[in-house]
Amino acid sequence: MTELTTQKEATLAAIAAAHTLDALEELRVSTLGKKGWVSLALKTLGTMPPQERQQAAPAIQAIRAEVTDALTARKDALEAAELEAQLANERLDLTLPAPEAARGSVHPVSQVMDELAEIFADMGFAVATGPEIEDDWHNFTALNMNESHPARAMHDTFYFPDRDAAGNRMLLRTHTSPVQIRSMVSQGAPIRIIAPGRVYRSDSDATHTPMFHQVEGLVIDRDIHLGHLKWTLETFLKAFFERDDILLRLRPSYFPFTEPSVEVDVGLEVVDGRRVLGGDGNAPGHGWMELLGSGMVNRRVIEFAGLDPDEWQGFAFGVGVDRLAMLKYGMDDLRAFFDGDVRWLNHYGFSHLDQPTLSAGVGAGA
Amino acid sequence: MKFSLTWLKDHLYTDASVQEIAAALNRIGIEVEGIEDPAEKLAGFRVAKVLTAVQHPDADKLRVLTVDAGEDDPLQVVCGASNARAGMKGVLGLPGAVVPANGMELRKSAIRGVESNGMMCSVRELDLGDEHRGIIELPDDAPVGTSFAEYHGASPVIDVAITPNRPDCMGVYGIARDLAAAGLGTLKPIAIPRFETKGACPVEIRTDDPEGCPAFYGRVVKGVTNCASPDWLQQRLISAGQRPISLLVDLTNYLMLAYGRPAHVYDLAKLTGAVVARRANDGEQVLALNEKTYTLDGSMTVIADERQVHDIAGIMGGEHSGVSGDTTDVLLEIAYFDPARIGATGRALGLTSDARTRFERGVDPAFLDDGLDLLTALIFEHAGGIASEKVHAGAPPAEPKVVAFDPALTARLGGVDVPEAEQRGILESLDFKVSADWQVTCPLRRHDIEGAADLVEEIVRIHGLDKVASVALTRADGVARPTATPQQAMERKLRRAAAARGLNEAVTWSFLPTADAEHFADGSELWVLENPISEDMKAMRPSLLPGLINDAKRNLDRGAEGLRQFEIGRRYFRGQGGASDEKPTLGVVLAGEKAARGWASGKATKFDAYDAKAEAMALLEIAGAPVQNLMVMGEAGAQFHPGQSATLRLGPKNVLARFGMLHPATCKAFDIDGPVAAVEIFLDAIPPRKGGGSFARSAYAPPSLQAVTRDFAFLVPAGLAASELVRAVKGADKVNIVDARVFDVFAGQGVPEGKKSVAIEVTLQPQQASYKDADLKAISEAIVAAAAKQGAELRG
Repeated sequence: MTELTTQKEATLAAIAAAHTLDALEELRVSTLGKKGWVSLALKTLGTMPPQERQQAAPAIQAIRAEVTDALTARKDALEAAELEAQLANERLDLTLPAPEAARGSVHPVSQVMDELAEIFADMGFAVATGPEIEDDWHNFTALNMNESHPARAMHDTFYFPDRDAAGNRMLLRTHTSPVQIRSMVSQGAPIRIIAPGRVYRSDSDATHTPMFHQVEGLVIDRDIHLGHLKWTLETFLKAFFERDDILLRLRPSYFPFTEPSVEVDVGLEVVDGRRVLGGDGNAPGHGWMELLGSGMVNRRVIEFAGLDPDEWQGFAFGVGVDRLAMLKYGMDDLRAFFDGDVRWLNHYGFSHLDQPTLSAGVGAGA
Repeated sequence: MKFSLTWLKDHLYTDASVQEIAAALNRIGIEVEGIEDPAEKLAGFRVAKVLTAVQHPDADKLRVLTVDAGEDDPLQVVCGASNARAGMKGVLGLPGAVVPANGMELRKSAIRGVESNGMMCSVRELDLGDEHRGIIELPDDAPVGTSFAEYHGASPVIDVAITPNRPDCMGVYGIARDLAAAGLGTLKPIAIPRFETKGACPVEIRTDDPEGCPAFYGRVVKGVTNCASPDWLQQRLISAGQRPISLLVDLTNYLMLAYGRPAHVYDLAKLTGAVVARRANDGEQVLALNEKTYTLDGSMTVIADERQVHDIAGIMGGEHSGVSGDTTDVLLEIAYFDPARIGATGRALGLTSDARTRFERGVDPAFLDDGLDLLTALIFEHAGGIASEKVHAGAPPAEPKVVAFDPALTARLGGVDVPEAEQRGILESLDFKVSADWQVTCPLRRHDIEGAADLVEEIVRIHGLDKVASVALTRADGVARPTATPQQAMERKLRRAAAARGLNEAVTWSFLPTADAEHFADGSELWVLENPISEDMKAMRPSLLPGLINDAKRNLDRGAEGLRQFEIGRRYFRGQGGASDEKPTLGVVLAGEKAARGWASGKATKFDAYDAKAEAMALLEIAGAPVQNLMVMGEAGAQFHPGQSATLRLGPKNVLARFGMLHPATCKAFDIDGPVAAVEIFLDAIPPRKGGGSFARSAYAPPSLQAVTRDFAFLVPAGLAASELVRAVKGADKVNIVDARVFDVFAGQGVPEGKKSVAIEVTLQPQQASYKDADLKAISEAIVAAAAKQGAELRG
């Protein structure tokens, strides 16, 4: 037995000293292998008389267990060391940049149009559209601007040499108002719509581009009056700018397609050279800015659209979409809207996730 | 239109400040665009008397003055003007005053060693005119020490915008009338100074065109002196932004600016025979006062004598008979012209004038006789002469409009309750006559009043728009209902999907240079503007790609490396009945580098046709197109690389999209460095989604048995489209084969000439029971047989 014990000690020492998995495997074979000394010792049990065997067996089994444990432990240790060494070799410089996905953006005009659709949907307005290449009947005549009306000349109209089958001159619509006519003709009354879209004027400088965007609003019903117009514009602007202190100043004005006609100024404060909407325009440091044209739809327009003006009345308004975007989001050059400069688009554009919703707020924070 | 406060007060008794007046003007619909106070510009300038003037010790051209400016002690001032002399009175700018002409602030200084305490000023330096030959010389009675602004009668100038419906406010008097109605003061009656007339008018006056010129009134004044205008007149014209010319011209301008009444003065010596309003002869010419010659036609009304045209009626006088300093005898013309004809003539000639603006919108038909008398009286008063009797040819419209009004309409339309007595009072203050039963007779000058709604506007604007209370629109029960049409919902979704895919949305011009448009469409189909703002903005786009390509080029020129831009907008085509057909479209352009060179990826990579296909397929799927059923076909268009472009179709005719690489010729035409990939999706061609309205998805039924995959490598003719092989494979067993996809395409070593190797992974879905060897063998054989029909043979 002492011989076995000595051998065990020697083996345990050898296991502890083994530095490679191969050396450890050799040790396993020479101990626990078929011809290993532990296996051979176990085999001797069979030839022993029962009494002796009873005594020797637990001892040899214990040795076997001890050696097996030592082998396993050493193997785990060697494997762990080896993995560690391998991982050490796999070190990456994670300060290097990761692959980048391209970042897209939504144009401010689209964003603001989505915001308008959301706000006006809550007030029951659907979104209507119409052609941009219009005829002069829809763009002018039906809006109470006949051929000789001086206001026609003030529109800086782009004309085509073409005429439609009815002999009307074709042109690029100068405002979104012809959609009023088309919507009333096709849907009748009552009606509540907004009509956003491209409009065109032959005009180009820092604040005018030959193409820009407008949104038209139209409400026709039996009992609509100026008070409803005022409420609608106040409610819309408060929701759009997300400020409760938006104050409007209504001024009598003139548009051929409305009577009475009202121009709408909004109070603002000049903060660090920037115009911030809100507050009373008459307060110190404040002013008024012309923002919208509006009025009660002229009864001749209602007639042109095929409705009975003694039964139906309502209001209409129009406002520049690009202008609203500039006032809300702080751009100062209209021309940049249509230049497609990717730096500008990345700077002023919106994430696709900035979907305007009433619950999250229609505006997208800076 | 500009006028000074002093001028307004010629016609309105009021104590209101200029701010109060401006606020009232805004309130009643006369928009104030600005207020300029010359007194502010002239602060620090005083009437001063030169006491002594001696030569500067060190400068030949300078003098040293002592000046009394009302201070205790005289001030010493150095002055360079040759007319500076002892005893004269002038204008002294004190230290701290800012010279209006150049913005320079005056300081106490030493000029060549001599102290100077201010500056004696010229007319030009004070921005009062062009005169700069010497310093201003004031009359002896000018009070020394008073502010020059006060002495000069400087008065705040109000600049207003008059809407085109209110020609009656295109004169200061009309504005005063509106202000009086709004409670800002009392309107003064028009005072016509007395003058004597002697004899009949020696000139025959006729209107042979009663349509274009219903009324032509005139008279002759002989023996006038056409000198410079008096100060009061010059000041008023200057405040209106007009340059004084000569007394006779200035007086007609004054009549127009003060009373909205254009008139014309002819030099009688230049006229021959009867003066007649008639139609022009075709081709007849006239040299107008703006020194341009106009060729007229038979639609235009003119004033002519026996020899020639002297006036493009109501628009501009002729040079020949214009008055000059030598004029002694004049013919005055006050006429009423048909507004529509004036507008048409002005547009046809491209000629605008202050007179046209007023006649076109409608002058007061009731102010011909008074206007003529007023002009005569002013000429008599300032230029002397002897006036003849008036001549009346024709008569202006005299039938007033009568509107049956219901005072309840004010609340119904205007949203504000105004007591009936107040409504009546407002209308009467604006010269409307209101009968007991509310028949409202309009003043003739109010051409803008068409009906009851206009009267509501009059009442509400004078009563105060600010008194209209906000009233909420009625609201449908429950939460707001969705309003977007399927088309709108699709576009909104697509826009955000494209942005999520890394594309930047651009908004490009709807119009293109014609050449760019023609590159993408047949020129005869294009909508081309008659009056473009520039040649670069002339043809309406037949495709979204030219705008996006130009966009990409500009960005690349600015140093951008990679461009991924898209736009959702319309393409413009010819539609039914001469109308337009505007097709909603999504365009994508991918240009420059797809990925910059990188530490891991190596060299920069460019976009290829598969990038374009990826965008096309992904966006079509978002748009609701049945992408599984799309066919990849050719004919993307000549703008595309013939071998690297395709159309995506639903059936052989319905093209939903085109995509691929642009043709090198396209890149060259647009001067952009290729390769450029592009996509155009025709949103109107996408069929509406089926099963609309239902939210529930079909039942979830995952297969209970696991699918298995098998790989097949085929040798196929090099020209065979991979999709043909895949379709054949899928068709081999429609029950078991649920998917087949190409995972390797190879040609070259080991593959015979004219062939390529295409490897396909087929996914098999067992139905009732797991596959046995025999099942798999049968399916494999069916696949190989189906592929063989496409000329494919299984690789060994």
